[in-house]
Amino acid sequence: MAEVELRNVSKSFDKEIGIADVSLTINDGDFVVLLGPTGAGKTTTLRCIAGLEKPEVGEILIDGLNVVDESPAQRDVAMVFQQYSLYPHLTVRENLEFPLKSPILKTPPDVMKKKVGEVAEVLRISHKLDNKATALSGGEMQRVSMGRALVRNPRIFLMDEPLSSLDAKLRGELRTELKRIQAELGATILYVTHDQIEAMTLATQIGVLHKGRLEQFGTPREIYETPASQYVATRLGSPRINTLPVELFGDAPTGATTIGLRPEHISLGDGQECKVTRVEHLGDQTRLHLRLIDHNIITLTEPHTKIQVGDVVAIRPKNPLFFDANGSLIV
Amino acid sequence: MAQIRIENVRKEFGDFTAVQSSSFTVEDGEFFMLLGPSGCGKTTTLRMMAGLELPTSGKIYIDGEEVGMKPASQRDIAFVFQMFALYPHMNVGKNMAYPLLSQGMSKPNAKKRVAEVAKILGIEGMLNKSVNGLSGGDRQRVALGRAIVREPKAFLMDEPLGALDAEFREHMSEELRALHDRIGATTVYVTHDQLEAMQMGDKIVVMNHGVVEQFGTPQDIYDKPATLFVADFIGSPSMNFLSFDGGVQEHTSSIELSGHTMAIPQQRESSEGKLVFGVRPEHVKLSEKSSYKGEILTTEYLGTSQIVTIKTLNGELKARISSAQLVNVGESVGLTFDEKTITLFNEASGNAIRSDLNIGSV
Repeated sequence: MAEVELRNVSKSFDKEIGIADVSLTINDGDFVVLLGPTGAGKTTTLRCIAGLEKPEVGEILIDGLNVVDESPAQRDVAMVFQQYSLYPHLTVRENLEFPLKSPILKTPPDVMKKKVGEVAEVLRISHKLDNKATALSGGEMQRVSMGRALVRNPRIFLMDEPLSSLDAKLRGELRTELKRIQAELGATILYVTHDQIEAMTLATQIGVLHKGRLEQFGTPREIYETPASQYVATRLGSPRINTLPVELFGDAPTGATTIGLRPEHISLGDGQECKVTRVEHLGDQTRLHLRLIDHNIITLTEPHTKIQVGDVVAIRPKNPLFFDANGSLIV
Repeated sequence: MAQIRIENVRKEFGDFTAVQSSSFTVEDGEFFMLLGPSGCGKTTTLRMMAGLELPTSGKIYIDGEEVGMKPASQRDIAFVFQMFALYPHMNVGKNMAYPLLSQGMSKPNAKKRVAEVAKILGIEGMLNKSVNGLSGGDRQRVALGRAIVREPKAFLMDEPLGALDAEFREHMSEELRALHDRIGATTVYVTHDQLEAMQMGDKIVVMNHGVVEQFGTPQDIYDKPATLFVADFIGSPSMNFLSFDGGVQEHTSSIELSGHTMAIPQQRESSEGKLVFGVRPEHVKLSEKSSYKGEILTTEYLGTSQIVTIKTLNGELKARISSAQLVNVGESVGLTFDEKTITLFNEASGNAIRSDLNIGSV
């Protein structure tokens, strides 16, 4: 495994910005997740590292060496895509062996057998090795396509939304599994997603991309607790952070124009009176939709609350975030 | 508006039974969710309510009138699909007026009705626009508008938000529910998304393999699951299942998990054989005092809370605890469970065992 560094990398497509001036370091053994909506530049970043796109400006270093002019094969990286592309006429074992048989690697048969056995073990598909790829469930197929990357022992794994075509339940299971596999192998992974839960739970470091720029890079906790900007604050957390004019609650640092209140950062009991417009019992918690003058606010309360639609509740901010007119966090 | 009652409805397609024998009632004005994984029979059930499929046996009542064998056109309900089909050559207003004009309503009256509905949906500014340039959300609003103008007795919706991306879907689901609260029409809504069902529904029917597993309010189904399937399907992460042997007697209020006594709600019936101790992640606490130990396998940070996966003598479990609590992978921790919330299941039948907690709900 290796350390990967991007220095001021930019790439555009017909005047459209793909990524602009992105710098970040992926340390050996890190699990870095790039988070952002469609068009934020996540996949472009990934493809630049893989060598599938060439940046106009900037350097990409793998273990300290600039690889911008190297071919994808020379870079020795492995990619996993959203759509698993397995060879349907081959068995699981043959699919896993395929990358090892490449002319560059020329793996001896006994090494190959050992490697495939190990990876199948880690992925818990040992019992399916002799099945045809088409006889697998969606989750198993995605595990095999990850396995095809894992057998190779590349310098970094690049994963482009590998779980997004799976249903919610399976996604949750594979998430835990991927994290376990990464820890077991000590792999370096760059993972791209628009799913904030995946970002929070998988990452050692999250990079939040917005219109091709890296808005913030930090641990999930740093990004959740001290978001650099209002934009970053709205990317993490479900339900989303409430952003309101600062005047509503008084008492704010100078320069603050917006107060950011995560749903759990509102205390009920005293303060500003709001009308309850909707109550959602989600089982482990209850969401309250509130109306304060002409603003909608969402907060959380205990599962078996007696609060009902039409009630009036008083709210007060608890650990609020403040943003200035440019949307930057005021520390 | 209408009450819809389903009585012992069964649907076979050749050798395949899509719906076994469903019975439930959708009350007038309810927002009612049909929830289950793909292939569970939820869409078939909805289509039988609409008259798009005829039941093999059983009865369907709309406002007390048996309609099971009546064609869709005589049932006065509106069906909203996932793929909303609009007429591409007509503008928004004409698309919405079309069902009224084809029923023979005069143009001025139709125009008035369309204007009213457009206002409810917040699309009054786009009535003269072509539908081709509209965003996914606006197209969905127009499709809803076309269903609403007719003032049908009920709305039947088959995953209407399934084609939208996650963020916009959340927004539309709130909008749809707010719309329902304004017009109060009976709505039956099919989804495979448990969070969507919990969030939007007044009541939920959970289906699996053509069978109604449970029927009730979201909180009741969450707190008092009737079967292992429901307990697993509802909630994220889902309920933890710890297996143990030895059965349970009526009136007991504790069981043994690997030699450790665990308090449970008083049991109202006995059960033999392999049982399952069901506890939700937020009802697991890490406590040094407990002698029931587990080893921390992984932690997942979620903002205010974190999900901790723990290996115990009775299987793996997940705990939802505050992210302020420091835990380390590999560490051994004591575990306690909130005794009032425990449900026991019989592993063979998959059914919840009746107790003081769930009596009346299972």
